[in-house]
Amino acid sequence: MRLLNLFKIAFKAIILNKTRTLLTMLGIIIGVASVIAMLAIGEGSKESIRSTISSMGSNMITIRPGADSRGPARGSGGDVQTLVFKDYEEIKNNTKLINYITPVVNGGGQVINGSNNWPSTIYGVNPDYLKIKVVDLQSGSMFTDNDVKTASKVALIGQTVVDNVFPDGREPVGQMIRFNNIPFKVIGVLEEKGENTFGQDQDDVVIAPYTTVQKRILAIDYLNQIMASAISEDDAPDAVVEVTDILRSQHKLSLAEEDDFSVRSMEELISTFSSTSEMLTILLVAVASISLLIGGIGIMNIMYVSVKERTKEIGLRMAVGGKGADILMQFLIEAILISLTGGLLGVILGLGATVFIEKFLNWPTSVAIYSIIVSFAVCAITGIFFGWYPARKASALDPITALRYE
Amino acid sequence: MNKEIIKIQDLKREFTMGNETVHALKGISFTIKEGEFVTIMGSSGSGKSTMLNILGCLDQPTSGTYEIDNVSVKDLSRNELATIRNEKIGFIFQSYNLLARTSAIENVELPLLYNSKVSTEERRKRAIKALKMVGLGDRLDHTPAQLSGGQQQRVAIARSLVNNPVMILADEATGNLDTKTSYEIMSLFQDLNKQGITITFVTHEPDIATFSSRTVVLKDGNIIQDTINNNIQSAAVELAKLPNENH
Repeated sequence: MRLLNLFKIAFKAIILNKTRTLLTMLGIIIGVASVIAMLAIGEGSKESIRSTISSMGSNMITIRPGADSRGPARGSGGDVQTLVFKDYEEIKNNTKLINYITPVVNGGGQVINGSNNWPSTIYGVNPDYLKIKVVDLQSGSMFTDNDVKTASKVALIGQTVVDNVFPDGREPVGQMIRFNNIPFKVIGVLEEKGENTFGQDQDDVVIAPYTTVQKRILAIDYLNQIMASAISEDDAPDAVVEVTDILRSQHKLSLAEEDDFSVRSMEELISTFSSTSEMLTILLVAVASISLLIGGIGIMNIMYVSVKERTKEIGLRMAVGGKGADILMQFLIEAILISLTGGLLGVILGLGATVFIEKFLNWPTSVAIYSIIVSFAVCAITGIFFGWYPARKASALDPITALRYE
Repeated sequence: MNKEIIKIQDLKREFTMGNETVHALKGISFTIKEGEFVTIMGSSGSGKSTMLNILGCLDQPTSGTYEIDNVSVKDLSRNELATIRNEKIGFIFQSYNLLARTSAIENVELPLLYNSKVSTEERRKRAIKALKMVGLGDRLDHTPAQLSGGQQQRVAIARSLVNNPVMILADEATGNLDTKTSYEIMSLFQDLNKQGITITFVTHEPDIATFSSRTVVLKDGNIIQDTINNNIQSAAVELAKLPNENH
């Protein structure tokens, strides 16, 4: 009852000074709005990175040769020939956490169809590849295990290759192309995926059985990499460990020796990128928090002026029975009301700004509920913290002096 | 025999200013009975303001006793003093001290806001009743800026009545008003006094004293005169005598 009365008194005081209150709130409003908008931008970019990477196959694990420290000089990963077909078989036969796995050999070359030609990359894989990379086909079909066994000269091509070697819009499926002068029959066209996060065109590829590519194009007997996919995203980290163990025993590495291969999951890639954007978010929020702090100082300033200006009123309130605690609460509630109302308006403005950014600047945004709760809590704390000193000052006034104050 | 509302025994108040001790009140004794209309007079420096502050429980005596409505004020804490002021005293100031841009009724309700025993409906009812008592029943929603000085002081008087105090304490309540309005206000005080309300009026204007039932005169911290007024003037009659152009 008493608190409710104090609430009414504080509310009244705010209503009586609308313009001043609004100007005081402005600092808080801008502070909160920017915190929310900044967090929404940060959160949005994080999500968009996550979804782009996931579209490349979030369970994907890549095993590359290299990280070999034996010998005097370190070669680049591509030159190292430590990954062989036997490794692939070992992993395939011993894994519990991987459901798809393919050996990968790749090389550059010229795709030729009649008078049209285009430089591209050929990937030699097995049929699991589409599952691992999460790619569908626009038309045609994937080659079979039998094609792999017999090293058939069949290929699937990406949209960029189609655009460049079939410029007349002819249906590519069933046509013949040549890659580095080896003829391939096109049996399917890959679904368009566009550029990946690193700006690489994912449609500029030719896919063929790894046996064919190994023997007929590259003439090598080792693998460039092995791609696999964990049963689920959660299994990916364990799968990395499992694959590492299998390969270490397969390569007969002693405990002291480093891995002569590297195993990476997409999960790691995501966290690397997320941490970059998280850093950015922290910086943005730090800047926004400073404006919130300045808003808080604005409240303290206005409350201080208000106490000075209303000294006589405080004296009267004390004379008619207001206790020190009543006066303290009145000014504290006033400060909190200002900061919370400012916070509320800030949240609304922040959400509005977020919608604006999303719509007109086309930046991905995502409003986190926690950012709203946190800004609100910060506002309440700001109000208490910066309202305390002036309120305390008001409550400590001597009623006689306050009443005579001019 | 009327109840004694104020009992003051050998009351002293000293202030220390640097090395000097100022004896504002030098051992004062008097009582105020229920239903009295007392004026406390004295020139500046007589200890009048100190007396007022102590009577209003805004200040405490250095020695001696002060009892209001049988409560000894001497050893009360700041908060207990606030409660006494809230429940037993009605204050009226020279400069009205109304809250600006706040309606008459809300100004009158103010003391009750600090009394948690009074409900919202009760508060409103009592404020309206008090405003009717001072003749402002039709000005409930006017703000101080929309009221004349006399009307503002009436709002202040209503505010002092609203908590049903044992005593109204007025500090130069007519000091800011012209003669005609002063007499109107004094007439109102006399009416309230007739209804049994105890009034202590601090002033330095001798003509005000003629409307009261008793006059206490202070000088240099001592009471030099304490007389019952057997010839109380009626403020209403004096008001009627005033020439008409004076308004």
